Amino acid sequence: MNLDFSQIVPYIPFMLEGIWVTLKFVSASIVIGFIIGTLLALCKITKIPVLKVIADIYTSIFRGTPLILQLMIFYFAVPQLTGYDIEPFSSAILAFGLNSAAYVSEIIRAGIMAVDKGQTEAAQALGVPYKSMMVNIILPQAIKNILPALMNEFITLTKESAIVSVIGYLDIMRRAQIVGADIYRNFEPLLFAGVIYWLMVFVLTQLGKVVERRMRYSD
Amino acid sequence: MIKVDNVSKSFGENAVLKNISTTIKQGEVVAVIGPSGSGKSTFLRCLNLLEQPTAGDICINETMITSLKVNKLEIRKNIGMVFQHFHLFPHMTVLENVTYAPKKVKNMKKTEADEIGKSLIAKVGLTDKETAYPNRLSGGQKQRVAIARALAMEPDIMLFDEPTSALDPEMVKEVLDVMKDLADSGMTMVIVTHEMNFAKEVADRVLFLDNGMLVEEGKPESFFAKPQTVRAQNFLEKIL
Repeated sequence: MNLDFSQIVPYIPFMLEGIWVTLKFVSASIVIGFIIGTLLALCKITKIPVLKVIADIYTSIFRGTPLILQLMIFYFAVPQLTGYDIEPFSSAILAFGLNSAAYVSEIIRAGIMAVDKGQTEAAQALGVPYKSMMVNIILPQAIKNILPALMNEFITLTKESAIVSVIGYLDIMRRAQIVGADIYRNFEPLLFAGVIYWLMVFVLTQLGKVVERRMRYSD
Repeated sequence: MIKVDNVSKSFGENAVLKNISTTIKQGEVVAVIGPSGSGKSTFLRCLNLLEQPTAGDICINETMITSLKVNKLEIRKNIGMVFQHFHLFPHMTVLENVTYAPKKVKNMKKTEADEIGKSLIAKVGLTDKETAYPNRLSGGQKQRVAIARALAMEPDIMLFDEPTSALDPEMVKEVLDVMKDLADSGMTMVIVTHEMNFAKEVADRVLFLDNGMLVEEGKPESFFAKPQTVRAQNFLEKIL
């Protein structure tokens, strides 16, 4: 078998640096996706038709087109319209964050709908304003129920982040390709990258389990 | 004082309440009884605007609450409600359940809210459960916490929507006892109930609803002994 892992040893620090680069934009995307996703979910459950339609169209567009296309539009096509160049980092956060928001909004919407309607009525009967009711009573219960689905979304986002390599962003994937081109061997750097991704997802999964256990205190 | 004037409520084609009129005086305890589907709960829910009446007016302490200009949240601060299925906040402890609304709605300081909350929890006999989560409580205990939670807003009026219907039989009494104490303290109470003995004993007046109409009302002694209408007679015959 033609395998020689010693060849990638000098490149290991270079590839490990990719972890930080990937984590940086993935975590930013998760935060953006979660915030916008929550707002979208709230729009979807209001009685105001305009907000509902806007949120539905948003979701339809971002779920209905490939993420790689959205990424390339932000990085290559938008500068053509605006005349301003955009950093790979910014366009990656935008594409991944906005895309994730569409999925997260559906997860959170389902979570809110699953909270007993009596909770809303109890809060209303006490005179609790809408915003406090959502933040203190409905969302904590909703998020507890949807934690596994949210975790799944974050894991998907982490893995799918590999496609930023197409806009030349130096994440783990891109670095593996560069090393592969450098040493004319692809199996070793790609396998190494795969192990890194798997470890990242493993840590994320464990983290999710801890959070889930923490939130189960009231059961 | 609650003045209900010709109130009707429909859900689409379905008329649930038809021209209900009655006046509930300060400190009065009113039991609302009737067959299921008669509109008892809807009537109660109109009083704190969980349902908006389709027609008619409700006036509470000089405020026309059915007016469109009214701030529902302001009205509800003054009206406590207890539900059949408790609806405690499951992610909050007993004390947090009771003190949440005073803190959030009345901007009360935590120390002050805790003090009021603890005294109310003591009043319903659950001091040892202050830090417990609702799912650790029995049905009767949950309902007592729900009563304490409503009382923490220091309302003038308390509404009870079948407060004992979801309880195991042996837990009914502990909840009714708390309600009886509350009635004795002069609270204005409107109680939708199937507990006829409790209505007999505690209520100042009974409203009998059937098919969305207020068919008969009167003092419990006379109502239960000698109902005037055939429908009330039939209903009481079935359940007593």
